[in-house]
Amino acid sequence: MEEKLIKDYSSPGRRAYSLPPLEVTESSLENDIKDYLRDDLDLPEVSEVDVVRHYTALSEMNYGVDSGIYPLGSCTMKYNPKRNERIARMTKLSYLHPYQEVEDVQGSLEILYQLKLDLAEISGMDEITLQPASGAHGEFTSLMIVKKYFEDRDEERTKVIVPDSAHGTNPASAIMAGYDVIEIASNEQGMVDLQELKEAVGEDTAALMLTNPNTLGIFEEDILEITKIVHDAGGLIYYDGANMNAIMGYAKPGEMDFDLMHFNLHKTFSTPHGGGGPGSGPVGVKDFLAPYLPKPVLKKEADSYFWDYKRDKSIGKVHSFYGNYGVMLRAWAYIKTVGGKGLKKTTENAVLNANYLKARLKDKYELPYAEDSLHEFVLSGSKQKEKGASTLHIAKRLLDYDQYAPTIYFPLVVKEAIMIEPTETENIDTLDRFVETMLTISREIKENPELVINAPHSTAVRRLDETKAARKPDLHW
Amino acid sequence: MDYISNTTAETEKMLKTIGVNAVEDLFKMIPEEVALEEDLKIDSGISELELMNLAQEKASKNKSLADQLSFLGAGVYDHYLPGVIDHLISRSEFYTAYTPYQAELSQGTLEAIYEYQSMISELTGMGIANASMLDGGSAAAEAVAMAARISRNKKIILPETINPAYREVIKTYGDGQNLEFVEIESEAEIIDPAQIAENIDKDTAAVIVQYPNFFGSIEKMNEIAEIIEENKKVIFIVIANPILLGVLKPPSDYGADIVVGEAQNLGNGLNYGGPYLGFMACRDERKMLRQLPGRIVGKTTDVDGKEGFVLTLQTREQHIRREKATSNICTNEALNALMATIYLAVMGKKGLKEVGNQSYHKAHYLAEKIDKIPGFDVANKNNFFHEFVVKSVKKSEEIKTQLAKDNIIAGYNLDKIGKEGLLIAVTEKKTKEELDKFAEKLEVL
Repeated sequence: MEEKLIKDYSSPGRRAYSLPPLEVTESSLENDIKDYLRDDLDLPEVSEVDVVRHYTALSEMNYGVDSGIYPLGSCTMKYNPKRNERIARMTKLSYLHPYQEVEDVQGSLEILYQLKLDLAEISGMDEITLQPASGAHGEFTSLMIVKKYFEDRDEERTKVIVPDSAHGTNPASAIMAGYDVIEIASNEQGMVDLQELKEAVGEDTAALMLTNPNTLGIFEEDILEITKIVHDAGGLIYYDGANMNAIMGYAKPGEMDFDLMHFNLHKTFSTPHGGGGPGSGPVGVKDFLAPYLPKPVLKKEADSYFWDYKRDKSIGKVHSFYGNYGVMLRAWAYIKTVGGKGLKKTTENAVLNANYLKARLKDKYELPYAEDSLHEFVLSGSKQKEKGASTLHIAKRLLDYDQYAPTIYFPLVVKEAIMIEPTETENIDTLDRFVETMLTISREIKENPELVINAPHSTAVRRLDETKAARKPDLHW
Repeated sequence: MDYISNTTAETEKMLKTIGVNAVEDLFKMIPEEVALEEDLKIDSGISELELMNLAQEKASKNKSLADQLSFLGAGVYDHYLPGVIDHLISRSEFYTAYTPYQAELSQGTLEAIYEYQSMISELTGMGIANASMLDGGSAAAEAVAMAARISRNKKIILPETINPAYREVIKTYGDGQNLEFVEIESEAEIIDPAQIAENIDKDTAAVIVQYPNFFGSIEKMNEIAEIIEENKKVIFIVIANPILLGVLKPPSDYGADIVVGEAQNLGNGLNYGGPYLGFMACRDERKMLRQLPGRIVGKTTDVDGKEGFVLTLQTREQHIRREKATSNICTNEALNALMATIYLAVMGKKGLKEVGNQSYHKAHYLAEKIDKIPGFDVANKNNFFHEFVVKSVKKSEEIKTQLAKDNIIAGYNLDKIGKEGLLIAVTEKKTKEELDKFAEKLEVL
């Protein structure tokens, strides 16, 4: 490997920590605890310089939004403002224990409350919980709300409908909430097939889970018809907020008749992904579902804020505390910074950038769905595959040009899918560079396919053997 | 202020390339009936200077732990955070990266997660650890769901000495799977193992025990281990405090099948409850591994034979298996896991032990002082590590209110969960002077 493991820096006796001398008298361990003490612990023995050099070396083998374009479809990898990081680290906002009295944290609760109001305004929902710690966590929370709502009404509804273009978390969340999943196929335009939907809904339908615009970036033109079909059957409609960056200031899930939804603060609202987390997945609901929200719910009375635990109908807790507060601070700072008009402009530029890329790439790469799309679009690498290089190879070749690859092989409805979402924080220069690279790769496939098939060539490691990793798992040193 | 850098001229050029006249034209597919007519009712954006002032104004309404002497614990602990942690995780190649799906450009994150898994394995004694869970409560809930899948049973034995917040999360998740919970009450601050034995039957999926438990005491682990040993089908879940595993025997010594918990105390700040770090480890057996939720990093080789790291065994995960996945978890707490990894590297084998020992001795010093005060009793004096229960003739609420006047948070009020007393936590950060001050203030109450 390019950089050895931290344990390989070890030398017995080296240390990177320092603690003050113990001033209190040592108390005896001769009590009930003594039988539970361990003999040995095999952790690294390294110096502070070793630690700093090692993790700096690791960071140099990584690529973040600060390194360049990150066009992962459905992931909304926008710039993470630095001022937000500063706010999240302010002592008075961060050095807070979750069990401090509410009197101690009025400033923080005021921030959270404002964030709730803003999310409600952006989405057209009535009440918000900030507790879910990720998008999938928000989905699960929502489906538990649906479940509790129907239990309360003595209705036995066992099925959740999910389009085949949906994120994998949708069906997985439905299963965790105890539902059976019915998958429906998309129509030729990549939208929900109304006929399929009508056949799928019935007395047993608990909910439809829908992303709008969907994972192809296409806005469901029959959205009110869709919500009506499900509502007429007595079911609820859930909005997957992964693609909120496409509609801010242009449409609201609440006004499309969705009953509940989740947000991804780590997508739409600029908080960093951290190499896979932490995120934050607040859930918004219409008034009639508010009693079922996880507890506690943040409330305001006169000018003070408090956590309301007296919630008889609540689904209970989904997180030990109030959710990923540190992430919420950043999202609050972001909304304050860009403001209402800025959010609309954000959406406009996200859509402009995506459409610009689409216009420039659709001649060389197949565009399986020609419908107008919003903040993201899906190409297919089928033409290139005929010449021997698949979508995977194209993605790996992009890395050689110091650019991150788009989402690939998703959505499942497109063969050799290349799903591209540039976000609004890229400009025409970085977009042009991405286009030129994609066109170069297409040309390389024609002229010298081996070059692409064997990519990447310039990264810290080259194509890794995933089969070996799965067959003989080596999961720790 | 926004974060958009296309100029008007560039926008025009782009619109021309697309073949439309105005940006609004790109939204024409949104049906009129749902297209917004009014602007969002959110104030206009502000400058960085105004934002910082606004944040300061909100912050000034808070009282942080820097402003007072706190003995709060109850699952969240204020240990010292070495300066290198924040410095290193602030390298933007780490914190602005996505989930490492393109392994060749994500070796930094992947190698760090492999190290994290290795060190969690070492602490817990378990053969396999995943890349992280959302927090301690949800990790415990997912462990229960995993146990139910493996055993194909629905009954879970859930003692009340488990963190009450975790119990609530476990039950919410359990409602989704129609699990049945058998709650075991505790008379003193620990459970009677006989009660576990009495409640195990052929339908039992799992027994959960917290180590040390919510009240800071260590359950009779050897006796419980024997009971589990006699009931081979039952999955033994241990919720462990990872920082104390630097001193305490690993849960593997008691035959644990799954070990989970909250790893906030490994190098992560308090942050008013999150983001925190759920960890999850299990026995190195195929049937366990197949049912383990979450991401896992594995070591492999590239086409040139060079060692490197990838996300592996992804066929358990939602993006591949959809409704057949072991969990819906996607985003986890990767950056928090990096913080824990760096913390463990900095503390190392000696430092982690010293943190544990100092916390122990300081907690015992304080407990002995409090126990000598008339009207105060340490309930579990022969069995606690760095957190203990104080019972008093005075009401907990009153003690807390009185000490708050001296800028002291006198611990967690157990009335909140229907128990008596105060739960007091001590870490290595407390000085003798602070401990003495707390005891003195209690004495003059």
